[in-house]
Amino acid sequence: MIYREAGQFKTSYGADQMIFPILQDRIFVILAVVAAYLVPLIANEYWLQAVLIPFLILSLAAIGLNLLTGYAGQLSLGTGGFMAVGGYMTYKITTAFPDLNVLIAVLLAGLIAALVGLVFGIPSLRIKGFYLAVATLAAQFFILWLFNKVGWFVNYSPSGTITAPPRTLLGIMVTGPEATAPVRYLIVLTFLAFFALAAKNLVRGRIGRSWMAIRDMDIAAEIIGIRPYQTKLLAFAISSFYCGVAGGLYVFCYLGSAETEAFDIALSFSVLFMIIIGGLGSILGSILGAAFITMVPIFLTNAPPLIGLSMPIDLQKHIEVMLFGSLIVFFLIVEPRGIARLWQIAKEKFRLWPFPY
Amino acid sequence: MNIKTLMLAAVGGMVGLSGVAATSPALADGEHFIPMLVYRTGPYAPSGIPIANGFRDYYTLINARDGGVNGIKIAFEECETEYNTKLGVECYEKLKNNGAHGAALFNPFSTGITYQLIPKAPVDKIPILSMGYGRTAAADGRVFEWVFNFPTTYWSQASAFINYVAQQEGGLDKLKGLKIAHVYHNSAYGKEANPTLEVLAEKYGYDLTLLAVDHPGQEQKATWLQIRRLKPDWIFMSGWGVMNQVAVKEAAGIRYPMDHFVGNWWSGSDADVIPAGKGAIGYKSATFHYAGAGFKVHDDIIKYVYGGDEAKAKENNIGEVLYNRAVINAMFSVEAIRTAQGKFGNKALGGEQVRWGLENLDLTEARLKELGMEGFTRPFKVSCADHETGGPIIIQQWDGKQWSMVSDWIPTMRDVVRPMIEAAAAAYAKENNITPRDC
Repeated sequence: MIYREAGQFKTSYGADQMIFPILQDRIFVILAVVAAYLVPLIANEYWLQAVLIPFLILSLAAIGLNLLTGYAGQLSLGTGGFMAVGGYMTYKITTAFPDLNVLIAVLLAGLIAALVGLVFGIPSLRIKGFYLAVATLAAQFFILWLFNKVGWFVNYSPSGTITAPPRTLLGIMVTGPEATAPVRYLIVLTFLAFFALAAKNLVRGRIGRSWMAIRDMDIAAEIIGIRPYQTKLLAFAISSFYCGVAGGLYVFCYLGSAETEAFDIALSFSVLFMIIIGGLGSILGSILGAAFITMVPIFLTNAPPLIGLSMPIDLQKHIEVMLFGSLIVFFLIVEPRGIARLWQIAKEKFRLWPFPY
Repeated sequence: MNIKTLMLAAVGGMVGLSGVAATSPALADGEHFIPMLVYRTGPYAPSGIPIANGFRDYYTLINARDGGVNGIKIAFEECETEYNTKLGVECYEKLKNNGAHGAALFNPFSTGITYQLIPKAPVDKIPILSMGYGRTAAADGRVFEWVFNFPTTYWSQASAFINYVAQQEGGLDKLKGLKIAHVYHNSAYGKEANPTLEVLAEKYGYDLTLLAVDHPGQEQKATWLQIRRLKPDWIFMSGWGVMNQVAVKEAAGIRYPMDHFVGNWWSGSDADVIPAGKGAIGYKSATFHYAGAGFKVHDDIIKYVYGGDEAKAKENNIGEVLYNRAVINAMFSVEAIRTAQGKFGNKALGGEQVRWGLENLDLTEARLKELGMEGFTRPFKVSCADHETGGPIIIQQWDGKQWSMVSDWIPTMRDVVRPMIEAAAAAYAKENNITPRDC
């Protein structure tokens, strides 16, 4: 009834190619973004620090992996490693050039991560599927081993831990312990909003289409004139750039200090699960998947005391793990194409509401 | 999936999420609130469970036997971290403002989580007591106003280990040419002892080999193969969780003389040696308190917490090494609150006041006796500049059934360690624009 595009005529190519061709969608998205920016007014520090900031950062990483796995079809388990490159390089850059804006340091670190991704993407020209996953696994282990082994990366700190030094932006503390959660939240949100939009446009254009062609059938893609070499490597580079930026923010805006353990294989897996549950080949799916993986366990931990159930903490944890696991299975059975697909179905149903046929 | 179930799921999700926003039930105004970061699940649970039980039992004892600290009850709440840094930080954020005055102090019981919390402590004004773990440099109270790591640190411990080796070998001059290996958990925690061992290697001329074991430490074949080739005279180990039992088993497997294999104080609990069976006999570890349930405080715990049910207390790990350590840590926390009450009056206290209590804590032999812990651990006095006190350590040995003490209290090398701590603290201060306070 409300959600219907009747009467909205497209009179130009521009209008026809919009990301959100339906007016109601545009309004909804704009309202959602504005609301996201207003969240610090009502959310307390626990919400921002423990729930929303990691959710936004992991959304960014999930978008990065989705570009590579969902769009270009290259399975990767090296996400944690590429994020570590971002985190450690941001640290190196900002400690070497303290006057450089830390956000620029994050972007530069993203570029370095892109280079590293390029190198580890080279095997993708020869191997595919699960075998490629194993090759990227090597990136994961090698990078963490390197940061653990070589003192230069951690400025020879005896414990091998990097700590985000205090840095300001326009006179406001943005990293370090003095930086307030709302400020860090807004920075992370801005990064995500900008890069999500960039990714959306990327996958709608020539590059994204060539990725999808490679994903769907690489020989056919080659025949129609897409060069697999450049296309695959570009996917690795851009994906690693996203992961690198996410890694920089992970250390500087969320953790505050980190050792390599923060980027272990579990992180790579959880980002991969985010895009599988959220929806492969969907930018929205990356964000929804990140929300599911980061928020549901926190909700499950906090739920029993809220409804007045008091139980031993270890039992509660075990129940949380079981429920979370069954929820994942449930979602995958009900909709194997992810939460993003559910969202799409909901929208289609809503267009017919209240008179479905 | 039809629209109805979808809507239902969406509404359910919304209700659920809005529920999370609500904080846990408010505590009575007149209670100290002590949050507990515990790990009763996950790969480190064998270490985490006795610790969690020890804390819980001591606070319960204080409430049941004394009616609280000077009449003010202790409220405590557990939060599960799985020894995972991210979950630890989430727990910290969740619990730090609970209670009428916020958290009195945090005992993270994880070096990784401690590293995360150190920068937050001065901002949130909640002190951190990382008893014998965490960042060693925090011993310099001029830079780390809010962090305490008494009674002694990893660096002091490593120096005491070298002292112990010298004792056994017949003097510090005998160290020259000895081969010493350090098997460590490849994390911030495990690496802590390395700088001290390196400095001392240069000073005393022993050959040091550093052998890293990656988290979680179930696979150590390569490490022990290296040890077999190297044949070190002494092995020092900084392990945790499952890594310890595997290492002890592997050492037994290559027939390494167990009495030359010394763990640090996180590598010497009952769970570490029992799985290796007879092979573990002779294994040594450092500690700063006695093991066993033979002290008066244990009798009190059995009486007041378990209502005299000794079997139940045993089930809850009473007397185990890590249980005792948690009891001591809880005792330090309570005594710090008591000290702070001496200045701020008998009321529920917040983090700022408890910080003062920690800094002015003076644990005397007489006080330990009153607490039923005479001989359990050593007295010490914290000061503004020295948050560590560099207390001595003692070596315990596993005889197949229990841990028994096989050395006197071994002094640490303050003259070597303190300048290193000050240098590390100064570097941290410089990196983070902290002006050290005057003490």
